[in-house]
Amino acid sequence: MSKRVEVAYEQRPRRWVFELAVALVVIALLLWSGSAVETAGTTQNGALIAWNILAGIFHPDTGLLFNLTTQGVPYLLLETICIAFLGTVVGAIISIPLAFLSASNLTPKPVAFIGRMLIMAVRTVPAFVYGLMFIRVTGPGAFAGLLTMSLCSVGMVSKMYIEAIEDLDVRVLESLDAAGCTTWQKIRYGILPQLMPNFASTAIYRFDINLRDATVLGLVGAGGIGAPLIFAMNSYRWEEAGSILAGLIVLVLIVEWISTKIRVKLARG
Amino acid sequence: MSVYDKVFPPKIFTLSNGKQIRKPRSRAPLAAAVLLALTVLSVKVTGFDMGILVSRIREFFVILGEMIPPAWDYMPQIWQPLFDTIKMSLLGSFIGSVLVVPFAMLASTNIIHNRIVVALMRLLLSIIRTLPTLVSALIATYVFGLGTLAGTTAIAIFTFAYIGKILYEEIETVDMGPFEAMEAMGATKARAFISSIVPQVLPSYLSNCLFCFEGNVRYASILGYVGAGGLGLILNEKIGWREYASVGMILLALFVTVFLIEAISRAARKRLV
Repeated sequence: MSKRVEVAYEQRPRRWVFELAVALVVIALLLWSGSAVETAGTTQNGALIAWNILAGIFHPDTGLLFNLTTQGVPYLLLETICIAFLGTVVGAIISIPLAFLSASNLTPKPVAFIGRMLIMAVRTVPAFVYGLMFIRVTGPGAFAGLLTMSLCSVGMVSKMYIEAIEDLDVRVLESLDAAGCTTWQKIRYGILPQLMPNFASTAIYRFDINLRDATVLGLVGAGGIGAPLIFAMNSYRWEEAGSILAGLIVLVLIVEWISTKIRVKLARG
Repeated sequence: MSVYDKVFPPKIFTLSNGKQIRKPRSRAPLAAAVLLALTVLSVKVTGFDMGILVSRIREFFVILGEMIPPAWDYMPQIWQPLFDTIKMSLLGSFIGSVLVVPFAMLASTNIIHNRIVVALMRLLLSIIRTLPTLVSALIATYVFGLGTLAGTTAIAIFTFAYIGKILYEEIETVDMGPFEAMEAMGATKARAFISSIVPQVLPSYLSNCLFCFEGNVRYASILGYVGAGGLGLILNEKIGWREYASVGMILLALFVTVFLIEAISRAARKRLV
C-alpha cells in the first residue's frame, strides 16, 4: 500500500516550469503596476482627514435622514429606486432582441460576431458619457438617468441572456415538433419555460447593481441620490454625506436580501 | 399553504383512478401586478415620456456623430493615462483579493464555528460592498491626494468586498474531509486551511480574481472623474472642452484594451477551471 502511494507521489504531475513562468509574469506585472503609485500627494494629516470623514459618516444628519420633502433622503432614495427599476426594465427589453441576434446557435456566425462586438462597445463607454448624451435629449433630471441606466444595463444583461439562449435544450423543441405543435406553441411551451426564470433572475441581479451604481449618475446631474451625495462630499459636509450613505447602504442591503430570495426561488423552480 | 393559495384556491383535478391532484395557481398574475405597479410609480417619479424620447432622440447621436472619426493624432497623449488605468486596476485587484483571504476565512460557517464572528465579518463585507466605489474613491483622494494611489485604493476596496463574498460562499461548499483529518492530527486551523481548503478553492478563486480585474479596468475609467487618476481624468477634461473627437479616441483605446484583456483573461480562466 505505502509502496503504491510512494510511486503515485513520485509520478505526481510536475508543472513547475509553467508555474514558475506564471509566477514570474505576475511578479513582473505587479512591479510594473507598482510604478504608478505616487505617494507625493499624501499629506501628513491624511489619517486625521480620514478620521474626520469617518466621524461625520457615523454621526449622520438625522434631520435630513427623516426629512419627508423632496430634498430629504427618503424621497431621493425613492427616486433612485425608480430610476434603477425602470432602467433595468427598459434595458432588459432592449437586450432581448439583441441577445437573440447575437446567439451563435441561432444566427449565422458573422452576424453573431457583429452583435457581440456591438454589445461590448456599449459596455465599454462609461456611464457618465451616456449621461451627457442623454441630457441633450431630455434635459437634466431623473429621465436622463433612467435612460443612462438602461443603456448601461444592456451590456451585461444581453451577455447573460446570450448564455441562457445558447444553453437552450433543443431536444424539447424537437419533441414538440414531433408532437405536431405550431411555431407559437413551440415558443410558448418549449422556449419560454426554459428562458423565463433565467431572464428574470438576470434582470433582478442587474437591478441590484443598478441601485448600487446609481451614484455615478449624480456626476453629470442625471438625477437620483448621487448628486446630493457628491455635492455634500465636495463641500466637506460629512454629516450630510453620512446620512445619505446610511440610507443608501440600508436600502441596498434590504433590496439585495429580497432579490437573493426571489432568485433562489426562481432557480429552484 | 401560503396566503396566495388561500385567496386563489388551487385547481383540483380528479384522475381516472379517483386520486385528486392539486395544482397551485400560477404566480404570474401577482408578479405582473407588482411589476406594473412599480412601473407606473417609476414612470410618475422619473417623468418618463416616450414622446420626448422619440422626438428628440436625434440629439443623442449628435455627440456620437462628433466622436466619429476619432482624433488619431491625440493617441500619443492617451498611452500614459491608459497604462495608469491598467496599473491601477492590476495593483488594486491584487491587493484587494489577497487582503480579503483571511476575512473570507473568518466569514465561512464551516471553518469558524463562532456565530458572532461570522455574522460580524459578513456585515462588514456587506457594508463595504454597498459603499459606492465613487464614494470610496472620493474619500481616498482626500486622504492620499489626487492621483493614481487614490484610484488604486478605491479599486482594492471594491475588489476586497466583491471577492470576499464569492470566496466565503466558495469555501462553504468545499469537501470538509481533509480539513477535519488534518485538525484531528493536530494541525492548527490556519495550517489545515492552507493544505486542505486552499487547493480546492484556488482555481475558482483565481478565475474570479481575473474576472474582477476585467471589470475593474472598465470601472477605473470612471474613477478619474473624481480625480483618482487614469483615463477618466483626460476623458473628463476633453468632455469639458467639448473635443468629442478626442473623447472618441479615448473610448476607442479603452475598447481595444478591454477587448484584449478580456481575451487574455478568458483564455487563462479556461485553463484554470
